[in-house]
Amino acid sequence: MPWLRGPRKPSSCLPTPDIRTCHCQQPPCSAVFLPTALFIPSLVLQIGAFSLPPASSQRSPLLCSRVVYTSCHFPWRPLSGPPEYQFRSAHARRRVGLRERKCVRARRFPSGRREAPVPGAAAGRGSAVPEPPLPAMGLLSDPVRRRALARLVLRLNAPLCVLSYVAGIAWFLALAFPPLTQRTYMSENAMGSTMVEEQFAGGERARGFARDFAAHRRKTGALPVAWLERTMRSVGLEVYTQSFSRKLPFPDETRERYMVAGTNVYGILRAPRAASTESLVLTVPCGPDSANSQAVGLLLALAAHFRGQIYWAKDIIFLVTEQDLLGTEAWLEAYHDTNVTGMQSSPLQGRAGAIQAALALELSSDVVTSLDVAVEGLNGQLPNLDLLNLFQTFCQKGGLLCTLQGKLQPQDWTSVDGPLQGLQTLLLMTLQQASGRPHGAHGLFLRYRVEALTIRGINSFRQYKYDLVAVGKALEGMFRKLNHLLERLHQSFFFYVLPALSRFVSIGLYMPAAGFLLLVLGLKALELWMQLHEAGAGPQEAGGASGPGPPLPPAQSVGLASLVAPLLISQAMGLALYVLPVLGQHVATQHFPVAEAEAVVLTLLAIYAAGLALPHSTHRVMSAQAPDRGWMALKLVALIYLALQLACVALTNFSLGFLLAATMVPAAALTHPCGPRPLYAALLVLTSPAATLLGCLFLWRELQEAPLSLAEGWQLFLAALAQGVLDHHTYGALLFPLLALGLYPCWLLFWNVLFWK
Amino acid sequence: MVASCFLRKCLTALAGLLLLSFGSLAASQIEDQTEQFFRSGHTNNWAVLVCTSRFWFNYRHVANTLSVYRSVKRLGIPDSHIVLMLADDMACNPRNPKPATVFSHKNMELNVYGDDVEVDYRSYEVTVENFLRVLTGRIPPSTPRSKRLLSDDRSNILIYMTGHGGNGFLKFQDSEEITNIELADAFEQMWQKRRYNELLFIIDTCQGASMYERFYSPNIMALASSQVGEDSLSHQPDPAIGVHLMDRYTFYVLEFLEEINPASQTNMNDLFQVCPKSLCVSTPGHRTDLFQRDPKNVLITDFFGSVRKVEITTETIRLQPDLGNMESRYKKEWMDEELMEPLKYAEQLPVAQIIHQEVTGHQMLARW
Repeated sequence: MPWLRGPRKPSSCLPTPDIRTCHCQQPPCSAVFLPTALFIPSLVLQIGAFSLPPASSQRSPLLCSRVVYTSCHFPWRPLSGPPEYQFRSAHARRRVGLRERKCVRARRFPSGRREAPVPGAAAGRGSAVPEPPLPAMGLLSDPVRRRALARLVLRLNAPLCVLSYVAGIAWFLALAFPPLTQRTYMSENAMGSTMVEEQFAGGERARGFARDFAAHRRKTGALPVAWLERTMRSVGLEVYTQSFSRKLPFPDETRERYMVAGTNVYGILRAPRAASTESLVLTVPCGPDSANSQAVGLLLALAAHFRGQIYWAKDIIFLVTEQDLLGTEAWLEAYHDTNVTGMQSSPLQGRAGAIQAALALELSSDVVTSLDVAVEGLNGQLPNLDLLNLFQTFCQKGGLLCTLQGKLQPQDWTSVDGPLQGLQTLLLMTLQQASGRPHGAHGLFLRYRVEALTIRGINSFRQYKYDLVAVGKALEGMFRKLNHLLERLHQSFFFYVLPALSRFVSIGLYMPAAGFLLLVLGLKALELWMQLHEAGAGPQEAGGASGPGPPLPPAQSVGLASLVAPLLISQAMGLALYVLPVLGQHVATQHFPVAEAEAVVLTLLAIYAAGLALPHSTHRVMSAQAPDRGWMALKLVALIYLALQLACVALTNFSLGFLLAATMVPAAALTHPCGPRPLYAALLVLTSPAATLLGCLFLWRELQEAPLSLAEGWQLFLAALAQGVLDHHTYGALLFPLLALGLYPCWLLFWNVLFWK
Repeated sequence: MVASCFLRKCLTALAGLLLLSFGSLAASQIEDQTEQFFRSGHTNNWAVLVCTSRFWFNYRHVANTLSVYRSVKRLGIPDSHIVLMLADDMACNPRNPKPATVFSHKNMELNVYGDDVEVDYRSYEVTVENFLRVLTGRIPPSTPRSKRLLSDDRSNILIYMTGHGGNGFLKFQDSEEITNIELADAFEQMWQKRRYNELLFIIDTCQGASMYERFYSPNIMALASSQVGEDSLSHQPDPAIGVHLMDRYTFYVLEFLEEINPASQTNMNDLFQVCPKSLCVSTPGHRTDLFQRDPKNVLITDFFGSVRKVEITTETIRLQPDLGNMESRYKKEWMDEELMEPLKYAEQLPVAQIIHQEVTGHQMLARW
């Protein structure tokens, strides 16, 4: 194998995983420009090669230093290598043939043709030069085994990549099927059963409150703050208000608001026999597009009922927010005394200890046919699974029809139908979670690690309907059980995906799906890195052999520059994509006949598309030296960059990480400056983050059984872009910066690789 | 005349005969009674009642312990002779919809908290260390008398424990456990320190039988709610209070004890029959091999009641040394033991020897 032959000349050391080469003194050309990038594959190989401890005991104190040598070729190594290396490298020089090739194909390297000189070389070395002294060098791994493994990785690279990708997708699709889905169960002892008596009977009262609320709302045209205060006080709560205002970065077209101001009203029910150290929240977001009168009515009726009970161990906060989620955000920031989104709000006059759990309620009719529950919060955060279990047990107890993602719960999990239905729900949840948007007011509570759910009353054309008493009883039961909590909800899962209300897949079972996809990137990077070593030998060889410690060969600086330029330029593109649309909206509106929101979206798209011209500009700042090495190094960097980003994203928001990996990985692995370039280009464009978003929108509506036409899809796409930017500025959603600053530049690198000259 | 005289003689003889036979019958009855009267060798009763779990959802464990407390108090053991350990205060928990009560039956039928409860060790005082110190009497001199088990070698002690347990351990609070070996050693220490005459151990926990299987000290009778590998289950779910009120085993033990009065002749065999598997779901177990007497001769009140032995009789009873007087029997046993092996102090740690001996290099090496 090439990297086992030792350095071509005594002065330099190649970026090899072989620790024997660590005794060379000069930082190698290829090792300098990417110490960190090489660190990962070298570690992978070290680990993968069944590292064995050295036989002689005297080597053990050097263990850590050896690792340092291996991982990064830093110049604190001994300045003169052992004499064997001089011989070995001289010998290697003799063996090195002509390596000038336009395109270095991966599969040629591990072939027998390349292998042929190695045994001879080994034999020759065996006679003339002693084998590198293994015990003295203290090898951590067995070179023979490692060579075999490397050969395997190289020869089977393409099939392994395909296999790994297919395995990842198949694993994901299999998540909805019983061996991987498990039945949910309540882990929290304090909420163990539904054995509480629900006494709520204030249905009529709730409807009365709702009617009054709607009437007052119609009269004032905004949240009837005074009426709410009066009513809350009359049912015996401590009532406070909070006013807030916020100027959005650009007008919100879908909700038609720009300068937002509102007032939140909340009432605290003090626990009669406990200190106010903990609290629960029942919140109803009222907004321009969601009246939620019935929810407010039910909230007030429940407050009146709860006031009559003496068993509360936690204070209960009844919160009605104006401007839906903006009000919730303002209240939460004020409650926790932070300001993360630039909201102007008055401080809260009354507090009630740490919030243990929150339920958000959305009801817009006197009767409901089903209750839908939303769990996905800001940035894909999820509440503790026990809270969902609690909701589900009370659904069952009350005989309520409960849905997840608007889908009915499959009953039969033994046949294929149930899991297939579960797969649809799972896909919907994946899309919702990947969007990183809060799907209900509960989503904002999750940032403060307050476990929260949104419960939506759905009134469809079903025959059987439930009145507010049934919903109120379920809420009462949940609150009473939450009241029994002794510590934060922590026993059950925080990372899960749900194919149904009563089924879940835990993180340990879904992570392999993302792992398999990322393995493709790792395998490709490994292959490239081995190739890179081989390809880099040519120009270096031409540089000729010099004594130990010569100045850096010119190839080195080329390698460095050839990488820095595209990296910097693409990263700058990303920064422009992140900053310019909002910053330049006024300039755009002055020069073009568009509104602000349109200006933002169109600027976004323009900058995004402008990035595609990047390869032509980057080449101006690069010298034409070492073309093969250049694109390989760039692709290696891009692969590792992408793998790192996707791994981090998949850990925190599996859905987003998986969706991005599933689309970006094949194109990233295939991209190549030779071969059918238009095909690769089309594939790359189709799998770019923006195209993924468009595709996800179509898939989402398809799964919701409301398919989109192309024009509708485009409109929705534009709206989603604006919404994504708005969510980032108003709630701190991280999807937009992640795509603009992380994945888009990374994708541009691949685009660069494709059009490498 | 003669005939009448004869008749009278006959009658007298008959009457005499009858009287004689009656007399002998009466005498044997009295002897039986006397035997009954003296059959237990104890002169005082103590109870140590422990609930080891806290948190609202463990309401039932507090109710278990309080129900036994209620029974022993009703049967005559005074608060001064009861060491009550409750790990949590359910009566005053803010989640309790009926403050200052702890119910053992649904629909608020029986309030076992009662009007006067004297909790000796409460909340975080209920630890394994405190429990073992109470049993073995190794407590700081400042400890008040109400927190001590001041028993002697004529004391019958009832020890009741409940909580969450497993195979070979019982969890205290949420932080520590007592193992069956530690418990067995504590009882042996009690025996060696002559802190009990007879001991009745009852435990209501999952795999409860594992807690008594390591006992090796004499005069211990043990009962458990479940066998090894079995869970003990709860009973009496109450939606108004929102938790289970009691555990099955103790619930049926309480029902059984409610029927007992200080004069009851119910014996331990009846207690063994309480809560069959059909009711308990788990299989209650008992162990009597360490106990000297036949359980059928052991009254429930020997442990659950207090000694108030007063029998009024007009008969003269001659107490004979062999009239089943346990005391003499025990004395004899003790004498025998003493004859065979005189009592002496246990081996102490040879401190002086350790201090003065020279540490050789070899020992040094071994120690390191």
